Amino acid sequence: MSTVVLQTLETTPQRELVPLRWYAPRNVVRFLLPVAALAAWQTGSATGLIQSQTLPSPTEVARTFVELFDTGDLQAAMPASLARAGAGLFLGLLIGIAFGLINGLSRFAEEIFDSTFQIVRLVPFIALVPLFIIWFGIGEEPKIILITLACVFPAYLNTYAGVRNVDSRLVEAARTFGLSPLQITFQVLLPAALPSVLVGVRYSMGISLLALIVAEQTNSRAGIGYLIFVASGAMRIDMVVACVLIYAALGIVIDLVMRLIEKSALPWR
Amino acid sequence: MNVATNPRQLVANDDGEPALVSEFLAADRREPVVHFTGVAKKFGTQTILDKVDLTLRQGEFVALLGASGSGKTTLLRILAGLDQANEGDLRVAPNRSVVFQEHRLLPFRRAWRNVLLGTRFGRNARAVAEKALAEVGLAAKANSWPKHLSGGEAQRVALARALVRAPALLLLDEPFAALDALTRIRMHALVEALWAEHKPAVLIVTHDVDEAILLADRILVLKDGRFSLDIDVSPALVRNRKAQEDAAEDVNHLKHRLLSELGVSTGAQIQ
Ligand SMILES: Nc1ncnc2c1ncn2[C@@H]1O[C@H](COP(=O)(O)OP(=O)(O)OP(=O)(O)O)[C@@H](O)[C@H]1O
Ligand SMILES: [Mg+2]
Repeated sequence: MSTVVLQTLETTPQRELVPLRWYAPRNVVRFLLPVAALAAWQTGSATGLIQSQTLPSPTEVARTFVELFDTGDLQAAMPASLARAGAGLFLGLLIGIAFGLINGLSRFAEEIFDSTFQIVRLVPFIALVPLFIIWFGIGEEPKIILITLACVFPAYLNTYAGVRNVDSRLVEAARTFGLSPLQITFQVLLPAALPSVLVGVRYSMGISLLALIVAEQTNSRAGIGYLIFVASGAMRIDMVVACVLIYAALGIVIDLVMRLIEKSALPWR
Repeated sequence: MNVATNPRQLVANDDGEPALVSEFLAADRREPVVHFTGVAKKFGTQTILDKVDLTLRQGEFVALLGASGSGKTTLLRILAGLDQANEGDLRVAPNRSVVFQEHRLLPFRRAWRNVLLGTRFGRNARAVAEKALAEVGLAAKANSWPKHLSGGEAQRVALARALVRAPALLLLDEPFAALDALTRIRMHALVEALWAEHKPAVLIVTHDVDEAILLADRILVLKDGRFSLDIDVSPALVRNRKAQEDAAEDVNHLKHRLLSELGVSTGAQIQ
């Protein structure tokens, strides 16, 4: 008879489901890498490993932030940039989600619009910048239209797929309970498609930032992109880095906002 | 007393004696909730229903048996209005509800809001839903998301959802097939109790001959596009576990007859 060596399995005491505090280990770990990178950057600058002309040290950049704030440049640039991105994003989401819903719900609409959308989607929006300048001048319009165009497609594709991929068995069940097509649309299809729509919104938000950067680097007279333009003309690398960091911060804010929205809109997930 | 199996049209029991007149009248007074004549359905060249007639009356509990692919689900879907027959005269009570093999609860609605799908109870809707959930023993889960329900619980919510609209016809397509044996036994008792309480006509599709005998007062077998068997369980045995145990021989006879109709050879001698 062979001997059986029994393996001991671990136990875990029952844990209370308390909401994670911001200083909980899991959350602290998230900041480990960024903080380490920052420390390395600072050390590199202090030891002369990183040249100030190539990349100014974090403290220099921080000082630049203070300078930007004191001169009021930052306060002027932020609203201009945010308004542009916000307007473009809003219009893009409106168009993208609307067409996504219409094409997802109606075969007929899909046949009319979808192939055209798919073709336009494949045009890299950045390639349109010169055209837009010729068509719409150098004011706000081409910038907002560019951002709008960039935001339409992620919203469109995800909304469309979300509606199309709703479990047909749920729709059937709703039909047996006597729901009208309109009720099915509002009570089954749209809520079931919402997670996918929100994924689209998240992508659109990210793209809006990208489009903002592209739009602002050409012929701006306000905004963070304009600050970068001016700073690079004046060889102020610290200021360029500060502005890049602002873009990064905006990206993080977008991510946080979307997490909050998803959490409150999709409690059933 | 002999077996439970009368050809329905004759309304006579196997002793050859005519059924009691009062029973005959009682059976007939119940309004039909389904009245099919000459109903045909094909998929391509495959005949699923070959000009069948079918009448289900108020409060009847009918089990529908048939080999896999014989068209039980198709018939149920036609009854539910999800598919259309190709020809025939189809009359069905308008208020009918379905429980499918999967629960089909909307994942973004809490249990009680799922129960209320498509209903209009107005201000006391929540109370109605909670009462329906209490009937299936899930009062405590009214606020749960479907994701957090076990298979049996979700199926009970689906049952509450089907019953809350007081259907004249309740269609069940293998509602317990995905559940474990113990849960299934509980569900049998539950369905029986709910039926006794609300008295809808029930058409339950099942693969389980025992389940059919245990629950139904009438058993249909669908085979080659027709109802090859349409028999009544004898009244003394209907939903009576004790009587069914005592009359084990009769029950076995019925069971073997059904199984052989379903093309399963049991090897047992049929008297
Ligand atoms: N939409 C469809 N198109 C073509 N054939 C179909 C369709 N739906 C069902 N069928 C065919 O019709 C036949 C009956 O199917 P149905 O689902 O009604 O069988 P069933 O008796 O419910 O089987 P099971 O016991 O396995 O659930 C099958 O052969 C199936 O392949
Ligand atoms: Mg089936």
